[in-house]
Formats: sequence, C-alpha cells, structure tokens
Amino acid sequence: MTNPTDLTIAEARAALDRKDLSATELAEAHLDAIDKANEALNAFVLVTPERALEAAKESDGRIAKGEARALEGIPLGIKDLFATKGVRTTACSHILDGFTPTYESTVTANLWSAGAVMLGKLNNDEFAMGSSNETSYYGPVVNPWQRQGSNAKLVPGGSSGGSSAAVAARLCMGATATDTGGSIRQPAAVTGTVGIKPTYGRCSRWGIVAFASSLDQAGPIARSVEDAAMLLKAMASHDPKDTTSVDVPVPDYVAAVSKGVKGLTVGIPKEYRVERMAAEIDTLWQQGVKWLEQAGAKIKPVSLPHTKYALPSYYIVAPAEASSNLARYDGVRYGLREPGNDVLSLYENTRAAGFGEEVKRRILIGTYVLSAGYYDAYYLKAQKVRTLIKRDFDQAFQEVDVILTPTTPSPAFALGEKSGDPVEMYLNDIFTVTVNMAGLPGLSVPAGVSSEGTPLGLQLIGKPFDEETLFRTARVIEEAAGPLAKPVNWWSRAA
Amino acid sequence: MSVDRATVHRIAHLARIAITEEEAARLEKELSGILDWVAQLDELDTTDVEPMTRVVAMTMKQRNDEVTDGNCADDILKNAPAVDDHYFVVPKIVE
Repeated sequence: MTNPTDLTIAEARAALDRKDLSATELAEAHLDAIDKANEALNAFVLVTPERALEAAKESDGRIAKGEARALEGIPLGIKDLFATKGVRTTACSHILDGFTPTYESTVTANLWSAGAVMLGKLNNDEFAMGSSNETSYYGPVVNPWQRQGSNAKLVPGGSSGGSSAAVAARLCMGATATDTGGSIRQPAAVTGTVGIKPTYGRCSRWGIVAFASSLDQAGPIARSVEDAAMLLKAMASHDPKDTTSVDVPVPDYVAAVSKGVKGLTVGIPKEYRVERMAAEIDTLWQQGVKWLEQAGAKIKPVSLPHTKYALPSYYIVAPAEASSNLARYDGVRYGLREPGNDVLSLYENTRAAGFGEEVKRRILIGTYVLSAGYYDAYYLKAQKVRTLIKRDFDQAFQEVDVILTPTTPSPAFALGEKSGDPVEMYLNDIFTVTVNMAGLPGLSVPAGVSSEGTPLGLQLIGKPFDEETLFRTARVIEEAAGPLAKPVNWWSRAA
Repeated sequence: MSVDRATVHRIAHLARIAITEEEAARLEKELSGILDWVAQLDELDTTDVEPMTRVVAMTMKQRNDEVTDGNCADDILKNAPAVDDHYFVVPKIVE
C-alpha cells in the first residue's frame, strides 16, 4: 500500500471513500511526517494536531454516512497570512506576535466547509515580501530538494516557501498560498509543485493579511494539476465582504483538466527571452512548446513590448500599497508593543523593533514614492506603465488563448546566496510580476529538472477568469514531462 | 535619483519607524540603489496613458444601509496589549 503521504488529493479522496484508510489515519500520517521533518525544513511555524484530529474525526463521521464533501478529510497546510479563527496568525512577523484572530478568512472558511483538515500554519517571507522565505521572523525554510552531490541548503522560493516546501516534502497534501508578484508560482517552480495565482478578484482577500491590495491573490500549491484544480474550486467564491471579489460563478476547474489543447493557440512572447536567463531554462521553454504542438496546439509568436518595465513599476506600486497597508501595525490594538514616552515614540519604537529589514525597506520606498512632490513621478507613472502592460496582454490575447513562458530565470539558489543587493533578489520575479500587474491568472507547472537535478517550472498566463485553459494546458505539459521524482528524504530525523 | 541622509530621516519619520544613524547610512545606499533602478520607467512616454485605477472592470456593489455587524467590542480588544474597560490604553499624547 502506498504511503498515505504520497497520495495526491484526488487519490486520497477516492481511498477515503473506499475506506482503504480513514481521515484520522491520513491526518496522523501527516502529523508524524511534520514532526520528523520540521526541525530540518522549518516549513510549519505552528502545528495544530488537536484541531487536525478533531476535524479528521468529523470527516470520518461524514464519510461513514456517505456525506463526504469535495475535500473531505484532506489534510492541508495554511500559509500564515490567512486569518484562522482561534489559531495564531502572524504573517511571520514579530510585529504580529501572538495575534490570534477572532475571525476566519473567507478562503480558509471555504476549505473547512468543503471538509478539509488543518494541519497547521506555514512559514512565509515576512508580510509576503520576499522570493526565498529568508525574511521570516521564524527563520528560513529549507527546500526539500538539493543539488546532486551537494548538501547545500537551497531556498524553497518565496514568499510562500513554507507552502511549497511542505507540499514537496509530503508534509501536507496541498497548501494555501498568496501571490503578489510571483509568491505562489516561483516557489512552486523551484520545488517541483503546481501553483496557480487566479485572476485578481477570483478569490476573496477578506481575512488575508494585506500586502499590496491591487496585486494580492490567494491560490493553492499542490502536487498535481488536478489537485490544484480541486483546491482552487473550493477556495474561490464571490465574497460581499471583499468589494474587489467578482460575482462570477466558479467553473468546474476539475472537469477542465482533461480537455487537452487541440484547437488552442499558444503565444510565445519574445521579450521573455532575457539576458540573465540560464540556457537550460530556454531549452525547457522550447521543449514545452514542442509538447504543446505535439498535443495539437498551434504556436504563435507574440510581442509584449513593455515586459521589461513590469518589474521596476511593480517595485513602485507594491511598496506604495504596502506602506499604506502596514500603517496599521502601530502597537496599539494588537501584536507587539514597545514602550514609548508618548504615542509617537510608541509607534516609532514598535515599528522599528517589529518589522524586519526587507519590510522596512519596502515601507520606506513606498512612503517616498507616495510623498508630496514624488507621487506623480513615481506612483502615478508606475500606474500608467501598468495600463501599458495590461494593454500588451489584451492585444496578445486577441490572437492567442494562452501564453507560455518560463516561471523563473534560474533553479533554486542556496540560502544566503542573494542576500547582498536587494535588487538582485527582486530579479527572481522577472517573469511573474507582469501577471499580477495585469490582474491575469498565472500557473506554474513542473516541466523538468536543471543540470543540478533541481526542479524547473513553466508558466502559463491566461485571459481574465479563464483558469480552465490554464489547467487543461498545464495538464498536457504535466503528462508530457512525466512524473517528477520525489526529492530524496534527507530531512527526517530518526523516529 | 539618490536619496540623501536627511531624506532618509524624513521618510522614516513619515513612516513612523525609528532608525539609528547606522541604519540611515545603510538605507541611504539601498534606497538610492532601488530608486535608481526604477528610474528606467522614465524611458517610457506615458503622456496620453491613463493610470490603472482598477484591475478588473466591474461596478462596485453596494449593500443595504442596515446594521448587520458590530457589538463585538470584546473580540476587537482581544489581542490588545493594554486595555481598560472597552478602551485601548496608550501613553499620553503630549503636545
């Protein structure tokens, strides 16, 4: 019998319904895996075994009565950016020490209504700001993947590094994550997992710690395209509490997965072939093109002329919105409070002690670009560039149905390797930020391995609310690439 | 476009984050580096371009003007570092 933690969500649902195993056994297997792994990987910042077993027990009850819901009994990890009622939520920041929400985020509420089981909260870059999970107050996450012949610790990507590492290491069957500039797709790519950032407005942002309100979106990370579709179907909903959430029915993403790509036209944007790109990434991209062609898709070169301006404009817009969203952390109503003689010192001391370096950098950049005298030159300018980026995509989508690009410019790098120049770290987002800036859906699917034996992903970008095309195209790539080997388990401590 | 030390202090004050002289020195370099890098946007002529003010074209929904929430002061105060009755307690605001 397969190790329960090796099952996909789809397989586990079937096994549970057949009573091959119970939801309690499934939860216990994962809690055991987490217990053995977390010291080495640091993927979870909080494990919730009692809650997991309680939920699993309830699931077993429902399964016995034949009342299983879409994700009944499936153990998931939740990025620590999602407010979970009664369970500590910190955005992996010192400034939210001990914060215990009295409310549940809409996305996680949807998952519990579908019968999913919470294993715990997953590590992430502080306030979702980062591409390597090295800025978390709870310490970095280690990628379960290692380079061949090396035991150097690699990053799992970021900001959803806990989510990607936990799914790749089989500590949970799927995870929630968020993506503002690539924080679902990039970690998925460097851990060999599937990650999708849906169209802006598809999932509710209510109860998710806000980073950049016009860019943030929740989405799943899972080990297969089908699993990602199952999770997104449960996560997405219209939410009256989030006025940016769209009132559009959620399609049956799972049904779309096996539709194939015959008759679809795939766009290949020439501006994504950049100087700093590793040669093997370009090779993989061309392999992706061949696979889709062989499966019956038409291929068409397209141009997205403003691509190179997406990253600098993102690094104006996102910090600007972050400086506004993080103004609420002032030591008054929740989280850390540092003493001060007066209210001003209270604010200044609390925020100095509570925020990490990267967060402070971004708040300061954001404050600067919004300040009197600079607003037009920076923020307004960046928002105009955003219109140009969106226009590029609108025009391209008149000729193609989906766009194929690499997800990252390189495979997973080592911890500490990019901690010098902040801009060097930002360049990891080069292929992903365009998608957030345009509000489009984007998916990363594992497509191969690097010369070092570490995973590489390909990115699919879709029309607004056309996640179905992303899933069916990703499935073709997934099938053509063949199953990815499991990362060799170096991380479990002895029983 | 570089930021100088005085600007770093001014921004830090606007952002209500206390910084040491050491941090100010480091931030001067880092923020200047980032701002120099984003300045490439000046290459683009955006004279007749509207700024993007909404990501997805939609009409904002309104709700009926009814009280449907509230009366949960205890929940709101639950995570507060210092409370007194139904008040958040802070140091005196000094003129």
